Amino acid sequence: MSAAAVETPGRLESLLTDSATRWPDRVALEDPATGERVTYGELDERSTRYARALAERGVRRGDRVGLAVPKSIDSVAWIFGILKAGAAYVPVDPDAPAARSRGIFVDCSVAAIVAATSVAGSLEADEDSPWLEGTAFGPNVVLLTGGADDEEPASATRGGGTLAYILYTSGSTGAPKGVMHSHASARAFVDWCSETFEPNEDDRFSSHAPFHFDLSIFDLYVAIKHGAGIVLIGEDSGKSPLQLAEIAADRGITFWYSTPTVLRLMLEYGRMEGRDYGDLRMVFFAGEVFPIGQLRRLRRLWSEPRFFNLYGPTETNVCTWYEVGPHIPDDRIEPVPIGRPASGDLCRVVDPDGAPVPAGDEGELVVSGGSVMLGYWGRPERTAASTLVDDDGVSWYRTGDIVREDEAGDYVFLGRRDRMVKRRGYRVELGEIESALYRHPDIVEAGVVATSDDESGVAITAFLAWAGDGSPSAIMLKRHCAGNLPAYMVPDAFIAVESLPKTSTDKIDYQRLERDVGVPGRGSDAPVGAQRRESG
Amino acid sequence: MSDIQSAVKSYLLEEFFPDESPDALEDSTPLISSGILDSLSTIKLVSFLEERYGIQFEAHEVSRENLDTLDLIAETVGSKRNG
Repeated sequence: MSAAAVETPGRLESLLTDSATRWPDRVALEDPATGERVTYGELDERSTRYARALAERGVRRGDRVGLAVPKSIDSVAWIFGILKAGAAYVPVDPDAPAARSRGIFVDCSVAAIVAATSVAGSLEADEDSPWLEGTAFGPNVVLLTGGADDEEPASATRGGGTLAYILYTSGSTGAPKGVMHSHASARAFVDWCSETFEPNEDDRFSSHAPFHFDLSIFDLYVAIKHGAGIVLIGEDSGKSPLQLAEIAADRGITFWYSTPTVLRLMLEYGRMEGRDYGDLRMVFFAGEVFPIGQLRRLRRLWSEPRFFNLYGPTETNVCTWYEVGPHIPDDRIEPVPIGRPASGDLCRVVDPDGAPVPAGDEGELVVSGGSVMLGYWGRPERTAASTLVDDDGVSWYRTGDIVREDEAGDYVFLGRRDRMVKRRGYRVELGEIESALYRHPDIVEAGVVATSDDESGVAITAFLAWAGDGSPSAIMLKRHCAGNLPAYMVPDAFIAVESLPKTSTDKIDYQRLERDVGVPGRGSDAPVGAQRRESG
Repeated sequence: MSDIQSAVKSYLLEEFFPDESPDALEDSTPLISSGILDSLSTIKLVSFLEERYGIQFEAHEVSRENLDTLDLIAETVGSKRNG
């Protein structure tokens, strides 16, 4: 069977095969949670075996394969196995509600799913699920096969398996949308990182981001390209600032990459002062704004390594970058810029009509270049809506982020154009939370707003009109949301009102709701639930 | 044991759910796996337990297995005080 050998230069899996040839005995991955480690040679061999297993079960070039397993050495072997089979991987949070994961796998009609044994049952147990045949692979993984055949949306590019992975992000209408990246768009970013940050085989990368989050592209592929070691940080340790602070110090990590939220929690709760971070040489953060006060404190604590702010919606990988200098003045109150174009991309600031604004004016950032996605899976109209074609016929991805260029020529992030916020580095469409609330039979109206919060960065408050008996329990509402949404989208607080305030055009008055956050009694009814915004 | 559960319950209600009916939180209600407590709330809970009971949590002990319900919390705190 030669399906396991789709190896051409420029593909992601060739990074592994090349490194396995060059450094077969170097440790590629280690998992502090289990003490397990694997060399480049072993990882390459194992992933080839998995590619063969997928091919034998009908997975072909151009197919999609779902991945619903906790982060582990084995999960990385499966990622490369899927790529070697010529398929694209579709990672989901193994802890996410099964309905959401199943919806994603149905949306992109995966041919197979690599599932943790604990979640495989909930993915099968549905009359809509075509994945009927399960094969156990060791104690922890079940391979579900027999998935949908070739119902290919027009926007998909099956030709030769150019699609590498699909990352689903929050969608405003309630359904997550799949961002399609090709091997080439991932490599545009990975290869730029090589040249810019010059890692080598003695480096040790943290892998904090889960694989369904785009920060993982850096951790996995940049490290593997250079024969570096990757320290896998699983879902549980990844949420514990104490464990993270310990891993970053004791595992000899040289490249750290995470969201500002994670670094802030480590700073506040990780008891970092007594530890030795002497091995760190590069610190990267991305996904959201890093509040300047905490960045300053972290910069003082970690004074030796270089610091970088990487910016880019999932649709663009990383499209701008900024190096944070060693000293952040005490009187600086603005966050650091997002910087200048990265990954060989071009950036432009445009007005609402798509015309470039004069340098220094505010406008929407649009991006063109090799690291930009192919499009949204099965949603050509969404892809078209997010694309600006200029007079020269060049396509630009509209980020929806409002920026301006500062005197030094760096872009500065100012805010969003729409109802999307970033929370713990994840994109949260407030409309998707409302859709989840509406699934509760006693909720007749829902309006969700995000406000900035000193402690957690962004606080999410849900206003709702309640038709049930008595007043709703915040604990019950949290559980309802957690059953329908990923944890980072669960609102911090719920406020029950008689009815939601409306604008003159009869739309929900979100500005009024934002003002009402944290003001008990300002709604038309008494608030319920957590008024303190405790989340992080 | 039961006084640990009730002390932790009062803390959680007071700190995170001030207007909640105490009945909504039972000894076996999943706290972390159900999304009731997020990561930051969990850290705050641990700080509270450390201070109140004079115990110390190692990094790996701050886990769902040890803290997911009031019963588990009481068990964890109990064994730490005796250990």
